[in-house]
Amino acid sequence: MSQQLLQIQPLSQPVDIGDEIASFSPEIEAEIEWHLAKYPVMRSAILPLMFVVQRERGYLDSPGVAYLAKRLGLRITDIWEVATFYSMIHTEPIGRYHIQICKTLSCKIMGEPRITEHVCDKLGIKPGQTTADGQFTVSLVECLGSCGTAPMLQVGFDYYENLTTEKVDQILASLPE
Amino acid sequence: MFIGAIGCEPLQLARVHLENSRSLEVYRRHGGYEALSKALTSMSPDDVINEVKKSALRGRGGAGFPTGMKWGFVPKDSPKPKYVVCNADESEPGTFKDRYLMERDPHMLIEGMLIAAFALGAKINYIYTRGEYKYLIDIMDRALEEARAAGLLGRNILDSNFSSEIYTHTGAGAYICGEETALLSSLEGMRGHPRMKPPFPAVSGLYACPTVVNNVETLTAVPDIIRMGGAAYQKLGTEKSGGTKLWSVSGHVNRPGVYELPMGYDDMEKFIMEDCGGIRDAKKLKAVIPGGSSVYIMRAEDIIGRDVRMDYEGIVTGGSMVGSGGFIVMDETVDIFESTKNLTEFYKHESCGWCTPCREGTDWLVKVFKRIEKGEGRPEDAQLMLDLCDNIEGKSFCPLGDAAAWPIQSAIKRFPEDFRKHLLAKDAEQKQPATV
Repeated sequence: MSQQLLQIQPLSQPVDIGDEIASFSPEIEAEIEWHLAKYPVMRSAILPLMFVVQRERGYLDSPGVAYLAKRLGLRITDIWEVATFYSMIHTEPIGRYHIQICKTLSCKIMGEPRITEHVCDKLGIKPGQTTADGQFTVSLVECLGSCGTAPMLQVGFDYYENLTTEKVDQILASLPE
Repeated sequence: MFIGAIGCEPLQLARVHLENSRSLEVYRRHGGYEALSKALTSMSPDDVINEVKKSALRGRGGAGFPTGMKWGFVPKDSPKPKYVVCNADESEPGTFKDRYLMERDPHMLIEGMLIAAFALGAKINYIYTRGEYKYLIDIMDRALEEARAAGLLGRNILDSNFSSEIYTHTGAGAYICGEETALLSSLEGMRGHPRMKPPFPAVSGLYACPTVVNNVETLTAVPDIIRMGGAAYQKLGTEKSGGTKLWSVSGHVNRPGVYELPMGYDDMEKFIMEDCGGIRDAKKLKAVIPGGSSVYIMRAEDIIGRDVRMDYEGIVTGGSMVGSGGFIVMDETVDIFESTKNLTEFYKHESCGWCTPCREGTDWLVKVFKRIEKGEGRPEDAQLMLDLCDNIEGKSFCPLGDAAAWPIQSAIKRFPEDFRKHLLAKDAEQKQPATV
């Protein structure tokens, strides 16, 4: 695989990457350059750049994919191929607050079902759904490395641990409207 | 949550409770970067590798491969660039030690990586951290910036002629990327599929160049090894498993946490029942998974009164494996059928889809579990699950397949009652023949 990587040739003819290509401010472009500068092979920056694009655009949409293809000198399919492998790359719109509740064994036996039920009751949705106003998405996810402080959930990238239903109320109330 | 050492002086956890423990200033005040200085000024790269060999340090990620030997496989005469890659993709259920090492003592990891880079001649190195640990990537980036500004990273480190850079890299939610060749695929910007071995990464790794992939806990042990000498480090543990080891403890104990114990700690019963405060709510111990979810589950009677020594050989004798050192402790209220179903769903979700036995096998197993849960279990289902496991174990492309099979095999063998009651629960009412 890596041998092939080193031998990737420029595309023999220009590829149509769609009409719409995302564009970013000079600050974001600088951040993208910073990531690209870490690697001898541009393609290695694909995951860091996907996180930048989805942070800026809400999710990795088609114009974002087109941007990455152009920026990294790759095919559109190369970008989709990678994007669809990783659970943290969202190719569909997602709520402003992504609540991820860990459901793996340690959290499970320490009270995850009660937490999940409480979160879902409060928001009126089921795991995997987004509230009608687009504010919250709830997902049940696999181990997030907080087993000693179970049960836990993540809102965006923030960890909330040793959860109780009261604590869940406080967390939800603390998120800016 | 408890974080500390029992039965030895803390080595890896020596600084975790200090104020501002993640700052360069505190790290240096407590002996930080002295090992790097010692290596750069008075040791050759081979000397460093020899000390690590003498230390009997074994890879802390899960496989337990001797670290010095792994480093020794990197060809010295290769004209290609060499890479040190830190595996910080900690995703094994029950494991959370690397998280606290990076959160509390990021410079220890930087120093360990630089010593490894010096030993192997690597100019560029990466820390591959799981995407969910974004806050740790930010902590590491700040620490790297601090080290760079202090002349500890980049060109002419500590005014020597050794130059080396470390960069952080993010994963994006894929357990398989903790497998070293899948990690390298991911770092190259591909789907996280494992690769054929051989060639091993030491010969053909990142960008087809010689690469060493080591776990966070492995690399953070290196500064102490160089500081005190490999022989002294080895003596802290046993002959074949040198030094100290971190154990993540979760589940139904009174005091979950990250425990640093000398290798060969005696014994597992004392560890769970005394050091970890015993089982909460005065319940009885039922089962322990001692090495992260992928290892054999142990019964209480495999532990109580059995003097299970806590090192690589001791836990194998006791009927399981050290793995990543993630203890999941379960009391008598846990149904092992349920817990095994939970873990099987994990492996199904995390199977990368590259090879058929793992992709199809884990999916089929989950279907069987769900059918049984619906009350449509059949007495022969236990054998069906064992047959499915047999078709995954040793027949998948990477160890994830084995990791999916072992918990089920051991659970059916050691907790047959928990399975039997589900298989027979609604036997009388069963009308439809099973389809999976």
